[in-house]
Amino acid sequence: MTAPTADRYTRTDAREKLTGAARFATDRPASTHAVLVNSTVARGRITRITLDRDFPGVRLLTHENAPRLGPLDEGGQIAEGKVAVYVQRLLPLQDDRVHYEGQPVAVVLADRLDLAREAADAVRIDYATEPAVVPADADPADARPARDWLVPSSSDTGDIDAAVAGADLVLSRDFTTAARHHSPIEPAATVASWDGSALTLHDATQSLFAVRATVAAVLGIPEDAVRVVAEHVGGGFGAKGYVWPHVLIAAVAARLVGGTVSLALTRAQSFTAHGYQPGTRQHVLLAARADGTLTAVRHHSVNTTARYAEYPEFSTVGTRTLYAADAIETRTSVLPADLNLPTPMRAPHEGTGMFALESAMDELAYALDIDPLELRLRNYAEEDPTEKRPFSSKELRACYEEGARRFGWQNRPMRPRSLRDGDELVGQGMASVILHSVRLPATARISMDPDGHVTLSAGTQEIGGGTRTIMPQIAAETLGIDRDLVTFEMGDTALPANLYSVGSSTANSLGSAVRAAALALLERLGGDARPPAETVTVTETWLPRPSDHSVHSFGAVFVEVGVDAGLGTTRVRRLTGVYSAGRVINPLTAHSQLTGGAVWGIGQALLEESAVDPVLGRFVHKNFAGYLIPVNADVPDLDVSFVDEYDPHAGALGGRGIGELAPIGVGAAVANAVHHATGLRLRDLPLRTVEALTAD
Amino acid sequence: MRDFAYARAADADAAVTLLADRPDARLIAGGTDLLGLLKEDIEHPGLLVDISRTALTGVSAGPDGLVLGALTRLSDAAAHPLVRAAFPALATALEKSASPQLRNLATLGGNVLQRTRCPYFRAETDLPCNKRTPGSGCAALTGHQRAAGLFGTSDACVATHPSDLAVALAALDATVLVRGARGERALGIEALYAPADSPPHVEHRLEHAEMITGIRVPATPLAALSRYLKVRERASYEFALVSAAVAVTVDRGTVSDVRIALGGVAPRPWRLRGAEQALRGGPLTPESVADALATELDGARTLPGNAFKVPLVRRTVVRALTGESP
Repeated sequence: MTAPTADRYTRTDAREKLTGAARFATDRPASTHAVLVNSTVARGRITRITLDRDFPGVRLLTHENAPRLGPLDEGGQIAEGKVAVYVQRLLPLQDDRVHYEGQPVAVVLADRLDLAREAADAVRIDYATEPAVVPADADPADARPARDWLVPSSSDTGDIDAAVAGADLVLSRDFTTAARHHSPIEPAATVASWDGSALTLHDATQSLFAVRATVAAVLGIPEDAVRVVAEHVGGGFGAKGYVWPHVLIAAVAARLVGGTVSLALTRAQSFTAHGYQPGTRQHVLLAARADGTLTAVRHHSVNTTARYAEYPEFSTVGTRTLYAADAIETRTSVLPADLNLPTPMRAPHEGTGMFALESAMDELAYALDIDPLELRLRNYAEEDPTEKRPFSSKELRACYEEGARRFGWQNRPMRPRSLRDGDELVGQGMASVILHSVRLPATARISMDPDGHVTLSAGTQEIGGGTRTIMPQIAAETLGIDRDLVTFEMGDTALPANLYSVGSSTANSLGSAVRAAALALLERLGGDARPPAETVTVTETWLPRPSDHSVHSFGAVFVEVGVDAGLGTTRVRRLTGVYSAGRVINPLTAHSQLTGGAVWGIGQALLEESAVDPVLGRFVHKNFAGYLIPVNADVPDLDVSFVDEYDPHAGALGGRGIGELAPIGVGAAVANAVHHATGLRLRDLPLRTVEALTAD
Repeated sequence: MRDFAYARAADADAAVTLLADRPDARLIAGGTDLLGLLKEDIEHPGLLVDISRTALTGVSAGPDGLVLGALTRLSDAAAHPLVRAAFPALATALEKSASPQLRNLATLGGNVLQRTRCPYFRAETDLPCNKRTPGSGCAALTGHQRAAGLFGTSDACVATHPSDLAVALAALDATVLVRGARGERALGIEALYAPADSPPHVEHRLEHAEMITGIRVPATPLAALSRYLKVRERASYEFALVSAAVAVTVDRGTVSDVRIALGGVAPRPWRLRGAEQALRGGPLTPESVADALATELDGARTLPGNAFKVPLVRRTVVRALTGESP
């Protein structure tokens, strides 16, 4: 079921990408190559930096000779009112302190990449090492409440003690999720060109303007002296959302050499050069009456953060909204370790939190002998139970019904270990999906020339989600003209300012601005899109109004797994996901988002884990031989779709966010299916079914 | 990665001569392992001797069985009708190695000499690893141990050998043909690898100026009944948690002959001769296999992070030999 009015435009950049014509940051020529040297200890001081051998023409940049940067405002905020938040807070190469393994502590500059790499291997650094705290050893007593950041860190609704006391059954469970890395196919990279007093950065970023503001502030130059360009970005998933030290290093180096400096992270460096999803420990308490009605829900989450800065993973936010209950209590805490700073990763917050809540709901269903889907329906929230506001639009019930129908849920026997196929124990599980809608201010400029050609302009970036494809589509639809008459300029700070491509916000936010601009143009043109005598240009900014509504996307995901009865290996056999996200603008790119998201969820469920070495304080695997992500053979046919819906409140187009929707809930659905297959309850991601099933 | 010189060898003799002249030379064929090692500065040879254009390719049936050229690509060997018909464990082990792209490049000789996937050896920087930097210690002993071995390990090293092919070859009693300055010699596949008391950085018994030219696999009724079972958490493109190459013949209800070799658990393919001996002359049942394995598994040297592999080995071998699941 897809929105019937939408067009199935294929990606406008598909041919470029498939033929290799698409240009990414480091496809730019550079006169100088920069290679980072990273700390090999987790905590301490640098006592000496030397080059093993002589490398003529190579420059070594360290804290001893690098230019002073900054200063940063309190909290890492660059400047009041600016878009940039340099969450990392540590400016690179400023002092001898080492705060995490992998911290950039020196940079080698050379005119050839191979020479720079060879010299980087020859840099020797002596440290005065200090004891480091790794996540596994962090004392839970050191956890502190997370600061409020975009959302409040805690919430209290109703009288939880009374609600627990009035329940027939109380279920209390602990869960963990592993640290994970985004690992986009294009590791982050920056090519910086210094020309007189102007700096141009070709950057792999999810936020051109955050890069511009941050770089200008730390270099002490005006923002209009900095131009940031991102023609194509090879995936981000959150890794490129904020500005990270390597971008500043490239800019500093370009200024020093007075030319063009290319700095590309290696795959190994991409495990520490920017953030990752932190590991979480979560506690869920569900109190219910015998008929399954929830009286109380308590969800506490603690995540690893750096010692030098804070990243809260709000695993509990979805729990505030998903189910009706008399009392809901959520808490988010952070526990510092001597590790680099985490950051949002598709899907932050609900992506980790729904594993715990939706696993616990399945346990409750079994404790009460109620079908897991029926239990969800009995606790369906008709309004936001924490905010006490109506939903802008919510078709979760339709997702449950359609998903169950497509999957064949009604044929599922309740009892675990009921289904078998050869050597495989077969199990079926489900989970609900919720994603809060991030909506950001957005600006679009549109003009029509006397030939009837339309130019749409916005300083946004294409990170693979389809922004480049759908924005001109929205403009053409609004104007009532052929899509081929619209040219879309993007990926450049020379264009109207826009914010981050994060939080599944761009289609709704910028799309609303594009529609507003197109409508304003129509008005200027006298009501229809006839070519004017002289070019007409309008610019419109869309602002998310403070809403009287709770704005969330929803979904239901159903999974069938096969667990080898003897060997414990688990494969996902089928997956059905049905989603409520308002109007779908382009079914083709939206379907791709859901497909990629479901694969992402399978990775979280069964494979992805960034283990930290307990002695060395480093991520053990900084490559794809050790950090496992799904391959094609791990992914079955995916049946993902949307229900028909139009959300009148979320934006101007009737849609909400979808980019991070489909990974959510897959972990719980898989864990619940593994329980159905085997009778085993596994509460840690990734699920280690081999260990669990073969232990004897 | 450092600069290196490059020379192309027309044939094995030329390669051996080039090696003999340069103690810092290293052979390169498919390069699927070596290039990664060079990029991470794990190895830094001064000269690469390219043997990929030598004629040591192809699969043929000799009087003693199968003869595989050392430069045969994994994909070619796996697809060969002779291999598929008479050496199924070999075909399966090859098909379950790496990815299609890598199998199209990687060679048989290089595969059996590939280096461990221990994350501490493979790290982007020098970590305590006696295999990479002799005398530096072993970070895996106090670190992440899912990849660590159960057999033939020591306080100096717990790394495992990653080859699937070598495990199948061990079960099939294959021989490796080696060319050196003094001519040709043959080594049993197990004897190719360093003795148990060798320091971790010594991984095989080839001399510096020797190269593998071919692999001989005896054609036997056992070989035609052989099987390879690879257990891993990803459905493809992953090294084994545990693997087993087995072959068994049963005559009137009793095991007449049997081979069991394990992968993913030792610094070389690990033949379970004790278990083979225990099974001979008895019935072939899940219980008899488990009993036969008991003594061998008692000798496993576990760490907290890899103890799960002991029951997994038992289940893997039971499945491979009997098809049964507990």
